[in-house]
Formats: sequence, structure tokens, C-alpha cells
Amino acid sequence: MLGYIFRRVLATIPVMAFVALFVFSLLYIAPGDPAAVIAGEQASPEDVEKIRRNLGLDRPFLVRFTEWSGQIIRGDLGISMFTGLPVTELIRQRIEPTLSLMIVTLILAIVVAVPIGVLAAWKSGSWIDRAVMTFAVIGFSVPVFVVGYLLAYVFALQLDWLPVQGYTPFAKGLWPWLENLILPAIALGFVYIALIARITRSTMLEVLSQDYIRTARAKGLGERGVLFLHALKNAAVPIVTVIGIGVALLIGGAVVTESVFAIPGLGRLTIDAIVRRDYPLIQGIVLMFSFIYVLVNLVIDLLYTVLDPRIRY
Amino acid sequence: MSHDATRALPADLAAAPDLPDILPPVRERHGLAGFVWHHPTMAIGMAMLGVMLFIAVFAPLLGTVDPTALAPIKRNREPGAEFWFGSDAFGRDIYSRVLYGARVSLLVGFAVAFLASLIGLFIGLVSGYIRTLDNIIMRVMDGLMSIPGILLAVALMALTRASVENVIMAITIPQIPQVSRLVRGVVLSLREQPYVDAAIAAGTSTPRIILRHILPNTVAPLTVQATFICGSAIIVESILSFIGAGTPPIIPSWGNIMADGRTLWQVKPYIIFFPAIFLSLTVLAVNLLGDGLRDALDPRMAKRL
Repeated sequence: MLGYIFRRVLATIPVMAFVALFVFSLLYIAPGDPAAVIAGEQASPEDVEKIRRNLGLDRPFLVRFTEWSGQIIRGDLGISMFTGLPVTELIRQRIEPTLSLMIVTLILAIVVAVPIGVLAAWKSGSWIDRAVMTFAVIGFSVPVFVVGYLLAYVFALQLDWLPVQGYTPFAKGLWPWLENLILPAIALGFVYIALIARITRSTMLEVLSQDYIRTARAKGLGERGVLFLHALKNAAVPIVTVIGIGVALLIGGAVVTESVFAIPGLGRLTIDAIVRRDYPLIQGIVLMFSFIYVLVNLVIDLLYTVLDPRIRY
Repeated sequence: MSHDATRALPADLAAAPDLPDILPPVRERHGLAGFVWHHPTMAIGMAMLGVMLFIAVFAPLLGTVDPTALAPIKRNREPGAEFWFGSDAFGRDIYSRVLYGARVSLLVGFAVAFLASLIGLFIGLVSGYIRTLDNIIMRVMDGLMSIPGILLAVALMALTRASVENVIMAITIPQIPQVSRLVRGVVLSLREQPYVDAAIAAGTSTPRIILRHILPNTVAPLTVQATFICGSAIIVESILSFIGAGTPPIIPSWGNIMADGRTLWQVKPYIIFFPAIFLSLTVLAVNLLGDGLRDALDPRMAKRL
């Protein structure tokens, strides 16, 4: 068990190294002259030179990469070109709303998607099943900002049930915090719910056709016991895997959702960085989110041993 | 005409007591009706996509005006006789912009699907067939897959000049790992097949084995994957444009139109509403086509998903 955990943790190091190498190489493999692009149309040659030096593009790739990796390992993501502040400091200021949104969405998605997926598989072929599958297709097709505007229009502007936009820190109380996050979380969770519901349904369908399910029913176990004790437990690994993979959707979608609902988080920071062409900041945000993504999937790898005792490497 | 033959049976036989084991003859459906009957999802998807393609190609002929023409006096008009979908904050006709927007979305969708499949196919074939390269290629792909796709595209767009070509490139790169993994999986399972062994034993050269025995088997799963990539590329393009990291603002794309409508959306929701509907319907069409293709090409997958 400890050996497995140790090996899994160790295995994420090369992945993280590749991520860092790739994010760093973008500056070099991007077509054209990144320094000139970042400087903008009206920049003087001196400005472009200054940016080139700032990005380290005037020095050899390997020298610069070694230096940069050293910084990253020490937890230094560089200096924002526009504000002159450390990237880590800017991220720290903005991380609470984004993490709140992602956690609320994650909980909401699991709480909604797993039961409807189970229900669809249990009543396979019924109208419930068809409704869930239709929802899944629509969920994959309607972009997050479309859902966001639709929800904000109906539930905030027309019905006035929830705030249109904004964010209240968690420190100001649970309800004010949650109130602002409900609509964004539904919007962001839409495609995620579709994804999880679909995989839950398909894995459950497979498990429900197994012999031990028939045995469980034959020995007189109630349907709820069959579904949740026997079937769902055995379907857990693929479902949890997809929940982990889907976190990438949450990360990408959070940027847009924050823009729709005017939430001052990392998404807002990213959009500002794009407008100001603040590349070190963008690089830092991409790197941090990628590391979070790798860590989430590491946690899920470790969960496998808890969910399925057969897994022992 | 088998069912006519049944009706023409002698009267005494037709009046005989019910014979439950004789089933009415299966009505065969041919041609278009048969296709629609057997693959309803694919047919709906194709029809919807066909309409969008028509709109994209014939946008200039569909009662549109120059989608970039400014008319400051006529700004922010409600939808009506002059502006079918209203006008935006610069007095541009939203109907025309939305119709022309179909061009950008479909171009990006098809181009990304094609390029990602092609590059992914190549990497997958190499990785699946050349064992020595497999490990390193797959580790690189794992690394690439660990960067959330939209953020990777944002980073690429921040380093390049805004243009449709660069948007296509920025969306294609994050899609490559999945395709190459898919192709590699197919190759790995195929190279264990007896007929591949037989081909090797018969002295067939490696390129020929790949071309004749491996490649044809990747076509079905790759087509399905390419369709879903097309749908997701259309969404990512709109997201990139919406957050200002995509198609240049001067080109009317659905994401750009929505970005323009962002500041006024609480009073003028139609600026966002119309492109949103077109965008969602297009992606829905592509995804339905993909679902239908998957069901038709791989019945085992159809049962599982």
C-alpha cells in the first residue's frame, strides 16, 4: 500500500517536468517573434528588445530553462510584466473565488450526475433513461457561457431569485458566499454533469448485467442495496477516473464562467493578462492549473486502492 | 414487393386461424428513407449541419449586409424589420454577423478535426509500431494532456498574432494526445492479430503492413473521434474569442459577437442570444452526427455509451 502510494507520487514528477518543459518551450516554438507580438503593433524596436530580455529570449534555451526550473521548484513563478508584482502573489489574491467555484461545482456535479446516471441505467430504456441521455447530448453541445447567460437571465434578471453577478468571500458567511455561486456552479457544471452521468450510466449498465447482481437479487437483497452496495461500488473506478479527467473542463470553463458572472478570480486575472499581453502571468497561471490537475489525478489514482481493493501494483 | 405477395395469398389460407410463428414480412427500407429510419440521430445531425453549411457558404445571398459595416446612428436597435436580429453597439447588423459567423466556426471545426486526426494518426502509428519510441512519445503526450486544453490554447494565442490560422493551431495542439492514444491503442491490438503475423511471415515490408493492414482499421474510430473533436473545437473557438484570445475582433465569429454583447447583455440580451442559439445548434448537429457514426460504425461502443 505505502509502496504503491510512493510509486504513484514519484510517477507524477516526470509528468510535471514534461508539463513545465512544454509550457516553457511555448515561448520558443510559437511561430513568429513572441517578443514583437507581446510588445504590440506600436512598439518601438527598443521596447521589443526590452521584452525579449525580460522573457530571457536573448539567452540560450538550456541556460534559461535550468534557471527557470530552479525558480519553479522554489515556488517562484516569476514577475508579472504589467504590474511588476510576483505572479504567485497575484494568484494568491485571486485564488479564493476560483477554488470556491470549482469545489461547489464539483460537489454539485457529483451529487446530481451520479444518481441520475444510476437511475438511467436502472430504468434502462425507459423515458427516464432517454431524458438523461438527451440531457447528456445537450450538455455536451451548449457552451458554458450560453448556459451561464441563460441561467442569469431567467433566475436572476427575470425571476430575481439569485444575484446576477459578483462574489462574496467565504469569510462573510456561508449563505452570501453560496448564493453568488449557485448559478455559476450550475453553468460550469452543466457539461461536467453530462459527462459524469453518461459514464455512470454506461458503467452501471455493464455492472448490472453481471452474475453477482443476479445473485444479490436472488438472495432477496432490496433494489437499493443492489444498486448502491453492489453495483455502484463496482462501477466506482471508471466514474472516479472521469471525474478526475473532467477537472480539465472545470478549469477551462471557470475562466469563462467568471467572466459571465463577474467573479474576481483567476479567470478574471487570465483575461486581464490576455488583454495586457502579460505573458509571465499567463505562463504562471497555466503552470499552476496544470499542477493542480496533475495532483487531482494523483489523488484519484490513490483513491483506486480504497475503491477497489483488487488494485495492487 | 414481398408484402404484396402476402396479401395475394389464397383466401382460405389467409382466413386460417392465427399462426403466431409466422411473422409479417420485414419491410425493407432503401435509399434516403432507409437511412433516416436506421440512423435517425445521424440523419438529424447531418440535416442540421447541412443547413449550417448552406448558411456559411451562401451567407452573402441570404439577405445580409456587410457584417462589419458601422452605422453609429442605428446602434442598439431591437430586432425588427430593418435589423432582423437587432443591431449592436456599433450599429452593425447582428443577423448578418451571425450568418457570416458560421463560416469561422465551421472552418475552425473542420480544420482542427482534420489536422488533429492527421497529426495524431501519424504519432499514434509511429508510437504503436516502433516500440523504442513508444515510451518517450507517450510520456510527452501525458505531459501535454496534463495541461488543460483551453489554457494551453490561451498561452499559445498570447504568443502569436491573432489570426484564424493561429486559432486553428492553438486548438489543434491540445487535441493531438487523445487522437494519438486512440490510434496507438488500435495499432497495439492489431499487431497481435494472426493476419498481421501472417503478413510479416510472408515478408511484407513494414510500411506496407501499416498501409494495408493497420491503417484501414483506424479509419472508423478515427472518424468518430474527429467528429467529436470538430464539435469541441467549435466550442473552444467561441470561448477563446469570447475571452479575447481568439479570432481577431474584426472578424465576425460567434464568440466575438457575444463578447461585443457582454457589456449590454442585461438590457440587450438578444445580442448574445442569437449567436448562442446558432453556436449551440451547430455543436449539437456535429455531436449528433458523431453519436450516429459511433453507433453505426461500432455497435459494441453503442451499447456501452
